[in-house]
Amino acid sequence: MAQDKPKLKLAVYWGAACGGCCVSVLDVHEKLLDILAHADLVFWPIALDIKYKDVEEMPDGSIDITLFNGAVRNSENEHMAHVLRQKSKILIAYGSCAYLGGIPGLANFSTREELLRRVYEESESLDNPQKIHPQPSTEVSEGHLHIPSFYNDVLTLGQVVDVDYYIPGCPPQSERLVEVFMDIVSGKDLPPKGSVIGASIRVQCDECKRKKSDKKGITRFYRPWEVTDDGETCLNEQGILCMGPATRAGCGVRCVEGNAPCRGCYGPLDGIGDAGARILSAIASMLDGKEPEEISRATDSIVDPAGTFYRFSLPGSKLRRKVS
Amino acid sequence: MPLTEQTKQDWSPRIVAFFCNWCTYTASDLAGVSRLRYAPSTRVIRVMCSGRIDPEFVIEAFTQGADGVLIGGCHPGDCHYSEGNYKCLRRYHLLQRVIAQMGIDQRRLRLEWISASEGKRLQEVVNEMTETLRQLGPSTIREVVQTVIK
Ligand code: SF4
Ligand code: SF4
Ligand code: FES
Repeated sequence: MAQDKPKLKLAVYWGAACGGCCVSVLDVHEKLLDILAHADLVFWPIALDIKYKDVEEMPDGSIDITLFNGAVRNSENEHMAHVLRQKSKILIAYGSCAYLGGIPGLANFSTREELLRRVYEESESLDNPQKIHPQPSTEVSEGHLHIPSFYNDVLTLGQVVDVDYYIPGCPPQSERLVEVFMDIVSGKDLPPKGSVIGASIRVQCDECKRKKSDKKGITRFYRPWEVTDDGETCLNEQGILCMGPATRAGCGVRCVEGNAPCRGCYGPLDGIGDAGARILSAIASMLDGKEPEEISRATDSIVDPAGTFYRFSLPGSKLRRKVS
Repeated sequence: MPLTEQTKQDWSPRIVAFFCNWCTYTASDLAGVSRLRYAPSTRVIRVMCSGRIDPEFVIEAFTQGADGVLIGGCHPGDCHYSEGNYKCLRRYHLLQRVIAQMGIDQRRLRLEWISASEGKRLQEVVNEMTETLRQLGPSTIREVVQTVIK
């Protein structure tokens, strides 16, 4: 294939992530060939053996686009966030964890001490009578050993470095990535810095095909296994908690399409400072009841409301973490 | 700023109060006109209806340093927009559970229905809440939010 334009240099990196975002990049399937026709992958730990040192030696600004997935929860994540910011023209927070903290961000309901104690002292499958905790630096006969230090607070990428764009999703829908990439390649005007891209400006309910009525009148919620979904009525109206009313569309309502409620991974719409508070408000306004007892019966039927409403956004929320 | 013994003594609670225009705000006016003395702890924000109070306002107030948040609206059945106060009540119940999970003492958030004629009730509620907050001590929420611990 003849190339007039030099190929773009592309990097994909993971911080505190599960690997799903990297897999979503692979999930573009044969479209990856289209991407590779326009771009060279210069760094991608899941697929290529390129060392941190090699990246550190790249000239500043020499990577055109970096997709950084994962939150920042240790010194290695933070170091690589700074390195990749410096080396990249466009740094994209890719996926819910980089964008708002995501699932690893739920650790902000605990402190570092609580987490380490649970994992290294209390876990049922543990054999650690001396209660040894990992240390950032250890002496062994061969010399010093270092591992990254573990932070008390999980941070979003944007809380650590300057981010150009955010692509939401846990993981982002692969088609959206191809669209964004092709826009960049074809030289389309890019949206203003700081924008959420690869997603809609509407909420999930606007795209959801389920039957919905104006008055929800919910008297209590159920766990999904406690009721049988009729397959066609709005899940919230059936008492199955769905985050659709306050979640940005763009995924194709893929969970509801698969008969599971939306968990809110695409995050809030523009201008919403606190995703969890917005979901709380949306859910509360669907409740029935005027007497305090009726209302608390409905609200008490939601197991773990904070963890549910802030499932993907705790570090990026106003409170950031449990405060005491 | 860490609280020294000195600043702790000087400290007095700050309450962000969201009052509905038609009832509680008018009650606070009445309390003023009737020269009812109450603790100077509230910073009143007038909203048209308690149904306008977004949970995000409450969280924002805490992150900006409020020691407590007081919501005041019309009595059930009396809301100027018919059902705004029920909306508020539903959000309040859910928000109470969320703030507890976030490690915020539930006594820092209070909801009261106070009608335009209940200046006296307003005085009592503000005094009571001020006293409760004095016992709880200064809120550390703002400090925690602003101090990232690595
Ligand atoms: S709440 Fe969920 S199920 Fe109901 S319309 Fe919205 S996205 Fe669909
Ligand atoms: S339906 Fe909701 S949880 Fe599922 S992928 Fe879409 S935004 Fe995420
Ligand atoms: S007008 Fe007062 S609560 Fe609605």
